[in-house]
Amino acid sequence: MYYAELLLVGLIWGCTYAMMALGLTLVYGLLRILHVAQATVFTLGAYIGLLAANYSGSLAVAFIAGAIAAGALGPLIYRFVYQPILDRPPFVALVASIGVLIAMEDGFRLLFGPYGLSFEHNTWFTTTYSFAGMTMNLVQIWMVVTAVVLLSAFAIFATRTRAGVAWRATVSDPPMAESFGISVSGVRYVNFLIASVLAGIAGVLVGLLNNLVEPGMGSVIAYKGLAIIVLGGLGSVPGTLVASLALGVVESYGTVFLDKVLDRDAIAFLFLIVVLMIRPQGLLGRR
Amino acid sequence: MDYYVSVATFAALNVILALGLNLISGFCGQVSLGHAAFYGLGAYAAALCSVAGVPFPLAILVGVLVAGIFGIVVGFAALRVREDFLAIVTMGVGFLFLGAVRKQPWLGAEMGIAKIPSPLDKWGYAALAIGAAVALVVLSLHVRRSWMGRAFGAVAQDEDAARTIGIDVAGYKITAFFLGTAAAGLAGGIYAHMTQLIIPDTFNFIQSITILAMVVIGGIGSTIGVVAGAILLTLMPELFRFINDYKLLVYGALLLLVMRFSPGGLAGLLQRLGLRLA
Repeated sequence: MYYAELLLVGLIWGCTYAMMALGLTLVYGLLRILHVAQATVFTLGAYIGLLAANYSGSLAVAFIAGAIAAGALGPLIYRFVYQPILDRPPFVALVASIGVLIAMEDGFRLLFGPYGLSFEHNTWFTTTYSFAGMTMNLVQIWMVVTAVVLLSAFAIFATRTRAGVAWRATVSDPPMAESFGISVSGVRYVNFLIASVLAGIAGVLVGLLNNLVEPGMGSVIAYKGLAIIVLGGLGSVPGTLVASLALGVVESYGTVFLDKVLDRDAIAFLFLIVVLMIRPQGLLGRR
Repeated sequence: MDYYVSVATFAALNVILALGLNLISGFCGQVSLGHAAFYGLGAYAAALCSVAGVPFPLAILVGVLVAGIFGIVVGFAALRVREDFLAIVTMGVGFLFLGAVRKQPWLGAEMGIAKIPSPLDKWGYAALAIGAAVALVVLSLHVRRSWMGRAFGAVAQDEDAARTIGIDVAGYKITAFFLGTAAAGLAGGIYAHMTQLIIPDTFNFIQSITILAMVVIGGIGSTIGVVAGAILLTLMPELFRFINDYKLLVYGALLLLVMRFSPGGLAGLLQRLGLRLA
């Protein structure tokens, strides 16, 4: 039963990673940028969500506020950080992105204090359900539900709508897409908008799960998000989803079995390095 | 006076670290986001030796070799994965080092290693660090103009083309990783003996990024630029006390601004000014 519970916890984390990593894959697929600054978007979503929840007393308001704030920040980062340096070598954007991340992390610390804030009425955290000997709280259930709903919505968007088709066309061949009348720059903004809204909602969920929102909460999850998109094969959406769940489960079992040798973050990256040494193109990547 | 001596020593250590990374990323074009891990490997290896009673010069040498050997291992990884993949793998190496050290009782876990014997005085460490830094500057300038430096440049610009004209890409990549990480190991050994206390968090991801910031702000690939970048970033928090509280904010903003307006760093900026003046 214990092992089943570990599997479940792993899959729940996997769902959160998936929401974070999908956005990173979208950005990478379109622009070939490792968007580390996504962590900033995630943390901003969590802080704004927390402030909204504590002010209004409603978690629904928290999610809307978090998603709006995150959805505004992502496209702004694209406009003012990435767009001017798109034609430079790839490391330029990566270093700029890391710059945004560490500057903003310090900014959150100065604005909201170093120790983090907690939700005043985190009813989801305290409501627990037990079935078949396993205990889950409402946040964990919502994590899974939100991830499944949002990722399915994204799949429908990408395959069934005109905007989705335009987006996929732009990913595979930007100049050709443009000559068919697709606004490439519009697609890029929408891309950052979707990625950021997902990250913002994930931020509020992780804040609720730990009942704590702190300045550094985004960085580790963003590094793991990068590990996940590399693991899945850069730019591959199905690969990202598989890798997210796999990483969640590996971490969950790893923290139990390898506890004496490695910490949680090290297990994630060890898994990444081992997989890449065997399959340099990632789990579902193509050469 | 003591204060200036220790600032000068730290500046010299940072010059060694930054030049080491510049060999890997600047000369040979292999992005590394985990340079602090090798700094840490050198520090831990040298500290363990000294605590066990090994003489100081030998302990430093062991630190250099341990870091260099792990560098070769990561160099092999660089043969399997490229560019963005390599950036994430090297970042992973940093986290793996930290996560492993934190859990090992014989490495002191979270508490680190304390009471490391210190055979030199402040002036001695300053002389050693500055001497090593100058030696590395000379080596770096020499490598740049040598056959090896040109081969590094070819690998950095276009691996496949370099291979086509008969350059041993794998060999040069591994050499670059060995030289760069061994330099970090040297800095680590000196640091461990000077402070007599090392903890895992000194060698975290932020440290890797700080070293990268020195390279990038100085001008990636330019030896003199990187030296200037390392000295500048060491002195900045010392000169402007108020910056210390906002150190990461300033680093981050600098990284962003340099990438946005002068990706060649200080060296690139000077070159452009020079061209305009000429």
